[in-house]
Amino acid sequence: MKYAYYPGCSSHSTARDMHESAIAVAHKLGIELVEIEGWSCCGATAAHQTDRVLAASLPAANMLLAKQMGLDTVVTCAACYNRMKVTNHEVSSSTDMRARVADVVGQPYDGSVAVRHIVEVLLEDVGLEKLRKSLTHSLGGLKVAAYYGCLLVRPHDVTHFDDAENPTILDRLVDAMGGQSIDWPGKVDCCGGGLNLTRTDMVVKLSGSIIDMAVESGAGCITVACPMCQASLDLRQKDMQKQTGRRYEMPIVYITQLLGLCLGIPPRELGLNRLMVSPAGVLQYLGSKA
Amino acid sequence: MTIRINKVAKGTGLKAIVEEMSGVSLDACYQCRKCSAGCPVAGPAKSAPSEIIRRLHLGAGDELLENGLVWMCLSCETCYGRCPMQINFAAVIDALRSLALARGSKVPEGNMPLFNRMFLANVRVFGRSYDLSMIAGYKLGSGSLMSDTGKFPTMLKKGKMAILPPSGADKKAVRRIFEKAVPGKGKKQ
Repeated sequence: MKYAYYPGCSSHSTARDMHESAIAVAHKLGIELVEIEGWSCCGATAAHQTDRVLAASLPAANMLLAKQMGLDTVVTCAACYNRMKVTNHEVSSSTDMRARVADVVGQPYDGSVAVRHIVEVLLEDVGLEKLRKSLTHSLGGLKVAAYYGCLLVRPHDVTHFDDAENPTILDRLVDAMGGQSIDWPGKVDCCGGGLNLTRTDMVVKLSGSIIDMAVESGAGCITVACPMCQASLDLRQKDMQKQTGRRYEMPIVYITQLLGLCLGIPPRELGLNRLMVSPAGVLQYLGSKA
Repeated sequence: MTIRINKVAKGTGLKAIVEEMSGVSLDACYQCRKCSAGCPVAGPAKSAPSEIIRRLHLGAGDELLENGLVWMCLSCETCYGRCPMQINFAAVIDALRSLALARGSKVPEGNMPLFNRMFLANVRVFGRSYDLSMIAGYKLGSGSLMSDTGKFPTMLKKGKMAILPPSGADKKAVRRIFEKAVPGKGKKQ
């Protein structure tokens, strides 16, 4: 299993832990991630809120680099994943957009590079059976709320990620690790990430209600696959406390961090020391595989 | 819900240009309001997706570009995901934002356009996002210098914020994209 790896800008800042844990897990499972040389920013929300052609051209340039490698592209960041998938859709469904993007980038791009999120690779390419065999540790029945957010599942006719309203990829991974994925209503709600700096009050409100739902459903932690969701939920718990007067201590861990723990990788190599809310509540459940 | 509109819209109606820019036809909307029911910011924005569509149907002009939803929309795309007629309202909002920028409409609380400008200015220079510089630029520009600063020391300590600018991107390719796609923009930064 060999892929062109697009780490995305957050892999060097707010989501270093997602990057570190993805690399460590891939290494352990024999997945080869070859970083795309010279990759650049996908443009994120700022580009698509500004100009449609700019928003498609930035991801297209990166997918052209991946095309030269002749490999499927694997992405860890849900936002990069979304922008790349939308770009593929834009250039393959409109000849006008294809021409405009070709003019801006300087070479034609037909939207043919396959883009996969790391969790799709884990579930579909590695598979639960092989994963189970590789595990050395178990989550010991820890109750986990699997949180998907927006960017993986929507627009669903473009991302085709699992199910639009009730995705279960993360839940299935949690269960395979000996955790208990819980049934809860917040799976595909929005954390408010897009307004993180500009309207922090909205993020505190939306992310706070997601954590409230997870708490009420009995979760001991929330697992995520998106750097924006992780930042909103993990960084803002003190602000939530100020707003509601309730105490918030919900660990927000990447699915690759949970998987890494169950593969016997030391917590530090998975960036668990970087979390704002201590993952102690997760680690105490971790035990040898029965 | 009663929608009151000025008899005289500012400029000409926006529906045709929004449809052209977004590639989305609004004619199939029959106001079932599933989009609005799922919108996480319709309350605080004091406007809902179905209302924006109805306003466009009724001939709304440039005044719509200053509607609260234009810059508060999170692009979560729940509206599009649940629309029985597959109307991509998220693309409609993006078109309204591009128009608001082009026509110099009043910017709302939080100044999202400034944030986007700072984000893209850094990508233009470094080829990748440089959070520290982007945040500093946004804070200087918006005058919200002290908000949230308590988190920075911890984030730096935990390695969640890079001090040095990013390197490794094909900067030439990125600069070309910006110059071609949005000529004349961002040169000042």
